[in-house]
Formats: sequence, structure tokens, C-alpha cells
Amino acid sequence: MNLRTPLGDEVLDLRAGDRVTLSGKVYTARDEAHERMRREGIPFDPRGAAVYHCGPVVAGERILAAGPTTSARMNAFTGFLLEAGVRAIIGKGGMSPAVRELLRGRAVYLAFTGGCAVLAASRMRLSGVYYPDLGMAEAVWAIELDHLPLVVGMDAHGADLFAEVGEKAKLQFRRLSNSTEKEPA
Amino acid sequence: MMRDPGDPALFAAIARATRDALAEAEVNLPRDVIAALEQARSRERNPVARGELDQILANVALAAERNAPLCQDTGVPVVYVTLPPEIACTFSLYRAVEEGVRRATREVPLRPNVVDPLTRKNTGDNTGPGIPAVHVRPGNEFRITVLPKGAGAENVSRLGMLLPTEAGTIPRFVTETVLLAGGRPCPPVILGVGIGGTFDGAAALAKEALLLPIDSMDQYEQAICDAVNTLGIGPMGLGGDTTALAVKVRRSACHTASLPVAVNVQCWAARRASRVVEVPP
Repeated sequence: MNLRTPLGDEVLDLRAGDRVTLSGKVYTARDEAHERMRREGIPFDPRGAAVYHCGPVVAGERILAAGPTTSARMNAFTGFLLEAGVRAIIGKGGMSPAVRELLRGRAVYLAFTGGCAVLAASRMRLSGVYYPDLGMAEAVWAIELDHLPLVVGMDAHGADLFAEVGEKAKLQFRRLSNSTEKEPA
Repeated sequence: MMRDPGDPALFAAIARATRDALAEAEVNLPRDVIAALEQARSRERNPVARGELDQILANVALAAERNAPLCQDTGVPVVYVTLPPEIACTFSLYRAVEEGVRRATREVPLRPNVVDPLTRKNTGDNTGPGIPAVHVRPGNEFRITVLPKGAGAENVSRLGMLLPTEAGTIPRFVTETVLLAGGRPCPPVILGVGIGGTFDGAAALAKEALLLPIDSMDQYEQAICDAVNTLGIGPMGLGGDTTALAVKVRRSACHTASLPVAVNVQCWAARRASRVVEVPP
């Protein structure tokens, strides 16, 4: 499925594990930008918006590298964005059960492949910046996307690929531990 | 005759070698790592995981083509220097390496990642007290090896002071480290394992293990790698057969009452490169 911002109820049709592309505008935000937005208000129109956990390498007007950062760091700062109308969070590694509940009925978490910074940059055009005083990594960059390839990691119905995989890994780890304990020393 | 790295021509050569090694590491993934990713792609059965590995391989090719850093987290510079007997180990050696880091930051360019640990103020040039970490060893040639280390994988690395009787649980400790990390370190990962030494020594060994080529593993390393891959965490934690590309172990002697074990987790973007310093006449 090809998505375009501003996003609406079409995000409710997505299911964890689906491959999609996203076009239109995204806003980068990491730890410090989240803190400032919560304190001072969101500087862009959040309705139907997509927020990307990313601190890009920018040279002049060009984005050179823009892969995702670890989303879990933003777990505690995500509610106000979703309540303001943000429909997609993009990042890597997934988010907490609390965020999963906040996504219900309104938004999705889209995973972009960690480290694929040049691939991301090849689908991006820089269109503006907020909070430049936070520095290159922490500023909010407004970016025009052209078909960024993503996986639905958490959908709007409580399905969470990361949690499912994590649960299975935990079970397998327990199996491994039990089998090694039974082995003679 | 003993040469001083403070000599302007030699200083410039050291800075250039550091800069060039960083530029190479940030853009071109080592061949053994690319080969491991390709093999993983051909073996992978999970369709989401295959998609992720395809994107990784596409990104690797695109970075080389555009001469751009593979990942926006260009890491903190970790530098290993081998020093031949005719080069003096002076403070200027460290200053020259720092100069090379500053040049790479401007010219590659690299993201300025280095901050004060408490105020979080960015130094702007990827240097600061203790950064770059420069490890100097005696050697036959004057060589600079860089290992730019991203934070996602570094943050889930782990150190355990095991009991001397617990050597059999080391594979479990390593596997548990990967379990706790989940998708956060950008799997598929490479695991550098340091066994023995002291508290700090084990961690240093684990990082040095990441300098080893990953095109072969011994039986011990392979067994740990296989166990880790049964977890099914997969690329980016989205599930799949490929959680670790390789495990590399380095050992050192230790106290009879200790068993330090360190696991330094490395993301798939296992960047390392090396340059010989061209010593001017």
C-alpha cells in the first residue's frame, strides 16, 4: 500500500507485518525535540502528520543520511503527539505497551530499517527546519518523502510485531537454558 | 633516528591517515561483512526479514555509489594505533589523531555526536576529553585502525562478573544479552565477546574482538552464534532467522577468583578500516 500525508483513517486498515511506502511530509524528532514540543507546543500541524525518530546528517540544503534512531527512548513522550492527531510514528526497534495502547483506533508505528540512512536520504528532500538551536541531530527537520519503504511494526488494533517476536524469543531462551542445565558439566 | 609525531610533516601524515581511515569506514562496509549479509539473505526464510536484508544490501550499495556515510549515526571514533619502534609515543600522536577526527567530521561529513556526559553540550567536532579513544600498541608498521561505534548497539552491550565456576554459562550470558537487546541494536548484530582479564580489560577485549574478520568462526563462537539465532529476533527485531551474523571471542588470563565476561554488541553496519601512516622522509 502507498500512503501519503496527511494521513487519515486508511491507517486503520493496516496490519502488523504489512509492507507500505510513505510519501508526503514527515517531521524528524528525537529526545530533545519531544521535550521541547511538549513544553512549548508542536511547531507544525500535527493532524494526519507523520513523525520520524531520526537525527539526520544534513549538508546545506541536502540530506545525506537519515536512518531511524531507537524509538523506545521516546516511549514516555509520545502520548501528546498522538492526542494532537499524529497518525504515524516512524522509527526502529518498536515502542512500549503503553504506546501500543495509545495507537489503538488512531495511528500506526512504521519501522524503517535501522542503519539504512542513504536509502532513506535517496527518498527525501529537505523542506524546512524547526528548533535549529538544538543542533543537527536533535532539531526538527521537515522533509518531503517519496515512497519510503516501511513495515507496519505496530498497528491500530493492538498487534505488535516486536512484542510477538520478543515473547517467542523469551520462550526459546527459556528452552535453551533448561536444556543446558540438564547437560552434565 | 627517533621520530616525534609533533614534527609538522609527520603530524599531518597521522591526521591524514586517521581522516582517510574514517572516510573509508563510514562509507564502505568491509567485504567480509557484506559477504555475511549476502549469505544471511540467501538463507533467510522469513519474508519480512528478507525485505529488511534487501534494504540493508541496497543501502550498502547506495552508500558506496554516492560516497555517503552508510548510517546517520556515524558513531564515536575508537582508534587503534600500532607504533613501530622508531616513532615516539608523545602527546602529539594523540593530538594528530584528534585532528584527523576533526577533519573527517568536516569533510566526510560525520554527524557531531560527542557531548559532555552531564551537560550534554555538543563539542561540535567529535572530539572531547577521552574521545577519540586512542589505543596505542607496539608493532612493526605505523598503522591506524578506526572502529566508529554507533550508540544503538553500544547501549545494549553488557558486562558480567561471573563466578569462576560459571564458565559453562558464558554462552547463556551472551544469548541473554541479545534477548534483552531485542531490536534496539539494529540486528543482525555481530557480537564481540571478551572473556577474562579485569573488569575494564574484558570490555576492551570485547571491543577488540570486533576488529576481527567475521568470515570464519571457531567451534565455540559458532555454537554461541547458532544459539543466538534460534531466538528468532531477526533483522531489526521484526522476526527471522538472522539475528547474529557472527560471534568473535577474545580471551585473556584473569584472577583465580574472577571470570569477567563482556559482550560488545555491534550493529550490522560493522564499520572498520585501516590506513598505514606514510612517514615523511
